[in-house]
Amino acid sequence: MNTPSNAIPDSPFAAQAPAPAPIPASRRMYWSVRRELWEYRSIYIAPLAVAALILLGSLISSYRLPANMRAILTLDPMHQRHAIQQHYHIAALLIMGTTFIVGVFYCLDALHGERRDRSILFWKSLPVSDLTTVLSKASIPLVVLPLLTFAVTVVMQFIMLLLSSAVLLGNGLSVATLWTQVSLFQMSLLLLYHLLAVHSLWYAPIYGWMLLVSGWARRAAFLWAALPLLAIGVVEKLAFNTTHFAAMLENRIGGDVSAVTMPGSVPMDPMTHLTPLHFLSSPGLWIGLAITAACLAGAVRLRRYQGPI
Amino acid sequence: MACIEARGLRKAYGKTIALDGINLRVEEGRILGLIGPNGAGKTTALDAILGLTPYEGELRVLGRDPWGERDRLMRDVCFIADVAVLPRWIKVSQALDYVAGVHPRFERAKAEGFLAKTTIKGDSKVRELSKGMVTQLHLALVMAIDARLLVLDEPTLGLDILYRKQFYDSLLNDYFDRNRTIVVATHQVEEIEHVLTDVMFIDRGRIVFDRSMEELESRYLEVMVRPEQAAAARALQPLNERKAIGGSVLLFEGVDRQQLAAIGEVRTPGIADLFVAVMGNQAGQAQGAAK
Repeated sequence: MNTPSNAIPDSPFAAQAPAPAPIPASRRMYWSVRRELWEYRSIYIAPLAVAALILLGSLISSYRLPANMRAILTLDPMHQRHAIQQHYHIAALLIMGTTFIVGVFYCLDALHGERRDRSILFWKSLPVSDLTTVLSKASIPLVVLPLLTFAVTVVMQFIMLLLSSAVLLGNGLSVATLWTQVSLFQMSLLLLYHLLAVHSLWYAPIYGWMLLVSGWARRAAFLWAALPLLAIGVVEKLAFNTTHFAAMLENRIGGDVSAVTMPGSVPMDPMTHLTPLHFLSSPGLWIGLAITAACLAGAVRLRRYQGPI
Repeated sequence: MACIEARGLRKAYGKTIALDGINLRVEEGRILGLIGPNGAGKTTALDAILGLTPYEGELRVLGRDPWGERDRLMRDVCFIADVAVLPRWIKVSQALDYVAGVHPRFERAKAEGFLAKTTIKGDSKVRELSKGMVTQLHLALVMAIDARLLVLDEPTLGLDILYRKQFYDSLLNDYFDRNRTIVVATHQVEEIEHVLTDVMFIDRGRIVFDRSMEELESRYLEVMVRPEQAAAARALQPLNERKAIGGSVLLFEGVDRQQLAAIGEVRTPGIADLFVAVMGNQAGQAQGAAK
């Protein structure tokens, strides 16, 4: 004030507030990610619920298992493997599809919800940077969901295997074929590779774009995320009568099958068909990651400027 | 070193000028009331101070540039925007966990101590709490942070009178010490009047009044006069005159107390009356300038 007659005379700030132990960036990141899991419980509830449904389904259908197994035993080894593993692959795909949908809806709301309910003012009153916040939100679809999908799927498949074994043993059948054809370890390795390559790295620009839109849109984030892409495709078709953009999107969402191989369509010995070097050297991957980085940088900037809506 | 120092602080939203080059200096250990009508620029000024909005001009808060270093600044600054900003999905215990996790100056036991005096339970979600309880929770979080500057923007908006009084009582008794600085923006002048050390009026993006309370008390006097003394009182050039039961109340700046005592009952004016007088004169000047 103009004449602070009874204010304490200029005392250095350092003298009155002993510096507390600084909080490392990793701890702020950890709590920011936990915060996301508190707010969006569907991140783990949805895959767990789907896994529970699948297990319930396999329990109900297990009365057919002995008959199926007898039929399978008459096939040659290659078809045996395919027939037995099919259930496990379908179950894994269901969980993956669920977490993909969860990831999409999460990203569209992640930077929108906090502005809608004005809680952004509370979050911004704490010493957490916009970069940390955006990275913690991006880590949900890029790290947390793939790892969670992996854990839920592996546990689910293991329970499925135990369940099948119990049914077969109960009917006096051998479990040898089942256990040799369902190689859980190999399946898990393949699943982890697929999740990291496709769901994390290959899909990264999809999530990045949605986070950017959720930080920008005032309402209807889903429309703002989808319509511009649709518009580009339509304009390209009308102007040049080509469909490069649509093909590119399809390739992105369908997963670059040629580069990684999908567990849903695994051939006889999947390990020989993994092509990580080919995948890592594909320009599509790196262009996608560059787009992701640009989207996240944009989202950080937007969060800095945007207030409640 | 001043807690907040601004020179030529300016902010425009398109053609609307929210802050028109204000200068201000808030020393440590003060409780400043920032008072102004809706749309005067209070919230914009606070947003600039808190690093929530970019601005033109020079601004230092605790020696830092708020826009460039918001996250660093927030280690030493707390703010309560208004009662609705705590996320509705969060549990009380989660809010404590999170703030303890990210804030180096948060003392969890202290916050739990404050909450123990309320009826708030640790496993309740914010959406299950009443508006007053949400404010209590937010205040408990903030008071457990050893901050050097606390900024409050209409913190008691929409609360009933009991909570409003409690809010400022706890702030003064349990939180404020001479090392902390508090800035409160509100238009509910009466409820903060007794806690302030300084008062600032803001109108159309400009600071139109900036005084410490001691200055205010020594410079401004209010006289209650009966109708027969009204003419004599008016001769002393009051800032403002208003009708009251059994006479008029006139507000004077820099007029000798003895002189006023001769014509009526003298007292210190309330901030609300001063505000009306200053704002009225502002409007008059603006109209005069327009002509």
